[in-house]
Amino acid sequence: MSMSNFEGDRVAKETQVTKISQEHIDFLHRVRMEKISVRVIQILIFGVAFLLWEICANTKIVDPFITSQPSRVFNTIVRLYEDGVLFHHIGITCWEAFVGFVLGTIVGTIIAIMLWWSEFLCKILEPYLVIMNSLPKIALGPVFIVWIGAGPPAIIVMTLAISLIVTVLEVLNGFLTVDQEKIKLVQTFGGSKYQVLTKVVLPASYPTIINALKINVGLSWVGVIVGEFLVSKAGLGYLIVYGGQVFKLDLVMTSVIILGVAAAVMYQGVVYLEKMLVKNKA
Amino acid sequence: MKPVVEVNNVGMKYQSLNGEITALENINFSVQDGEFVSIVGPSGCGKSTLLSIISGLIASTSGEVLLSGEKVTGTSPKIGYMLQKDHLFNWRTIFQNVMLGLEIRKTVTSSAKEHAIKLLKTYGLYEFKDKYPNQLSGGMRQRVALIRTLVTNPQILLLDEAFSALDYQTRLVVNDDIYDIIKKENKTALLVTHDISESISMADRVILLSKRPGKVKHIYDINFDIKNRTPFSSRETPEFRYYFQEIWKGLDVHV
Repeated sequence: MSMSNFEGDRVAKETQVTKISQEHIDFLHRVRMEKISVRVIQILIFGVAFLLWEICANTKIVDPFITSQPSRVFNTIVRLYEDGVLFHHIGITCWEAFVGFVLGTIVGTIIAIMLWWSEFLCKILEPYLVIMNSLPKIALGPVFIVWIGAGPPAIIVMTLAISLIVTVLEVLNGFLTVDQEKIKLVQTFGGSKYQVLTKVVLPASYPTIINALKINVGLSWVGVIVGEFLVSKAGLGYLIVYGGQVFKLDLVMTSVIILGVAAAVMYQGVVYLEKMLVKNKA
Repeated sequence: MKPVVEVNNVGMKYQSLNGEITALENINFSVQDGEFVSIVGPSGCGKSTLLSIISGLIASTSGEVLLSGEKVTGTSPKIGYMLQKDHLFNWRTIFQNVMLGLEIRKTVTSSAKEHAIKLLKTYGLYEFKDKYPNQLSGGMRQRVALIRTLVTNPQILLLDEAFSALDYQTRLVVNDDIYDIIKKENKTALLVTHDISESISMADRVILLSKRPGKVKHIYDINFDIKNRTPFSSRETPEFRYYFQEIWKGLDVHV
């Protein structure tokens, strides 16, 4: 009886792939068409918005001195490039955001592991975490500048301050929601606490950690721009503040647009990482 | 011959802020080599606690458990534990899942790997070894979970409601499968269940626990006058209904 049952399972798993009916072809076609329309409309919205912006500015419906316009943005990019400072500003900001992001993730995860490891420590630190989480970290900006000095390190610390506590709480929460029975399974094999961590808790928490990363991407950019607003001699945040002060809205809009692109690229990087790390999410 | 498992005067009290709960009291029984023993009892009578104590996962507050004469002080490689769900890790392939216990005990050797491959082949799972758990049916997953336990070569299998997460039909089939594997591999088994039929169909003896605090109320010897007994064929015998009635009366269920 049992052997024939093994066969049955195998057959059931294999028959799914055979012949494709007309209905199925139609279904696949519909799915594909919908995907295409979504993409087309997305591009249209983008194109139309920029076109309207350009037209309105050219016909003086809006004042391009205040609103800038796509052609001016383009010219600004070209001019920055010709001056040789475009990639300098982009590079500095991206580097600060990247370092802040990676540090926030690694340090945050390590702190979360420590809190998971010692419930006692977790209980002690809980009120502090709650307060630090609700504190607007931007208020600490001047403190960092005085302590660390004006420059990229202070900006990176600002980024860390904004993303760290959220990462700790998010990742710790992921650790604590891992199925207790899975932990018990490892313990039945005589697994140590370290093995429980490496065999179950960490791999089971990859999706949570990735989600924390996605939140962190946004927070890192907030941190960097706030940091650059406060102290900086270069970077996109610097260009925005500078452009605002001298009423060069072209420079402000250009920086904002570049910022949007950079943030999107970094987010896609995390999505790519997710695909690599989280296999078979069921 | 010395029993494989001896439970002597085991008692368990849980402490909480609201007071003390006596989960188990004065439990005594023993299991012989190759025997299949079921433990049934009303919910909350401490059945699972008892298994955890035998496995060394938690320490009893009184009494002792002996495995082949040795006192249990922590988890032992002699014991294989099967939980209610298969708990296969979906980030590991079937083969990697099967190797989990060996990895944790740091006993991954080429002969252990061969043993794992042999078990997968014997029980019809070899060709799925590089698949992920979500590509397998519930019955197959439970079989993988059993193989994961068997590759560590335990002498005694503790089955903690190991079938109750499966739907009824799958469960009947998996009962037969697992019973067959346990008998072939010559293991001693201790099954905790709340399902009276399941307990009778698989066991040589059924231990009935009382309501909390759990005590051994009665031990039933199960004998079927059939050749090549399987859990399924046991269910069809006239004795089966008799045992069911006896244990049902013993359980004394009031809703």
